[in-house]
Amino acid sequence: MINKVVENAIVATADIPDNATLMLGGFGLCGIPENSISALLKKGVKGLTCISNNAGVDDFGIGLLLKTRQVRKMISSYVGENAEFERQLLSGELEVELIPQGTLAERIRAGGAGIPAFYTPAGVGTEVAIGKETRDFDGKVYLLESWLRADFSIVKAWKGDTAGNLVYKGTARNFNPMMAAAGKITIAEVEELVPLGELDPNQIHTPGIYVHRIFKGTGYEKRIEQRTTR
Amino acid sequence: MIDKTGIAKRIAQEVRDGMYINLGIGIPTLVANYIPKNLNVVLQSENGLLGIGPFPTEDQVDPDLINAGKQTITMMPGSALFSSAESFAMIRGGHVDLTILGAMEVSERGDIANWKVPGKMVKGMGGAMDLVASAKNIIVAMQHCSKDGASKLLPTCTLPITGLQCVKKIVSDMAVLDVLPEGGFKLLERAPGISVEQIKNATAGKLVVEGEIPEMMIN
Repeated sequence: MINKVVENAIVATADIPDNATLMLGGFGLCGIPENSISALLKKGVKGLTCISNNAGVDDFGIGLLLKTRQVRKMISSYVGENAEFERQLLSGELEVELIPQGTLAERIRAGGAGIPAFYTPAGVGTEVAIGKETRDFDGKVYLLESWLRADFSIVKAWKGDTAGNLVYKGTARNFNPMMAAAGKITIAEVEELVPLGELDPNQIHTPGIYVHRIFKGTGYEKRIEQRTTR
Repeated sequence: MIDKTGIAKRIAQEVRDGMYINLGIGIPTLVANYIPKNLNVVLQSENGLLGIGPFPTEDQVDPDLINAGKQTITMMPGSALFSSAESFAMIRGGHVDLTILGAMEVSERGDIANWKVPGKMVKGMGGAMDLVASAKNIIVAMQHCSKDGASKLLPTCTLPITGLQCVKKIVSDMAVLDVLPEGGFKLLERAPGISVEQIKNATAGKLVVEGEIPEMMIN
């Protein structure tokens, strides 16, 4: 098996250039690549286009990269939890493209699956449809949406092996599997890096073919946005 | 008039045994508390879970297990986890039986506006456009009028649209109404203490009233 292991986030992200298009996994702060975001922050890479369902909060997740003005454009479905984001958006420093969540997920899936475009009912008759081709199938109108691909996809998994096979935990899976397939280079950070043969092949969520670099992350904070208890 | 809890309780009466249900953020989330215990239903969370359980106790809190509102949750026995692509495949594919969500405006044709107010910070549509475009049965939980008394049940929506001709039923703080396939709000029930006349005055869109209109039964 091909060994994809690199030492850490600094090494894994070392060749990400300014103005790169990145996909970053996660839903809210759940399942985000914390180590790689920190490495990007340290590296100071600028002009990034970030494709991610959300934009983090002011002092965590992608919010950290917004604060340091490293992000030029966000492509997301919901960006509500971030005051600095709002300020940069209103002042025109930051460009934002909002996409229905299912369309975002499917555009990323299509990117990894080699399907350049597909029809979806989401957004028909709304401002999302402006300038897009529509077509009637069996009496219902659908909207043509195109694939999304990235220079680098950065995903977070629970467990991974040295060949890049990944297993996610709970709802931390979210956008990570599709993003893993849609990156020219895919970087996976995992909580547990295990030897070959330890993961059950029946239970792999992301096959290693999609993953180019894998490393064991450290010091996961796993911040909770809405701690709600009984 | 009924409060948010009243709206949630009334919507819970629409739930049937064996349904797969997606609950939106806000009042719709409250509906889960009032679904009769003898019904077997499965709640879907669009971030990748079928089988949402109750909120966790302090020691059950798991940062890797949240709902679409980013709240910590638990899973019911028999739950299934999946990716966001799979989640919206089951939504668009028509596999979810009932979608309950909030609205800022609904038109008499069943158009819904609930994601954007011009002049205010745009946070995004999240999964709302995918849900309303595909759901077989959409029930909306909403206030009948704005704070200054303007009707939110309109001939046509004034706010940016989330989806066209998709709302089937509305439960407001004043009434239960069906959206007729040919257009118009058909009044089914009044909130306790609210008259048909008051509902007429509060509904800017076409209102259809036939026969005696009973009061909602909420306990």
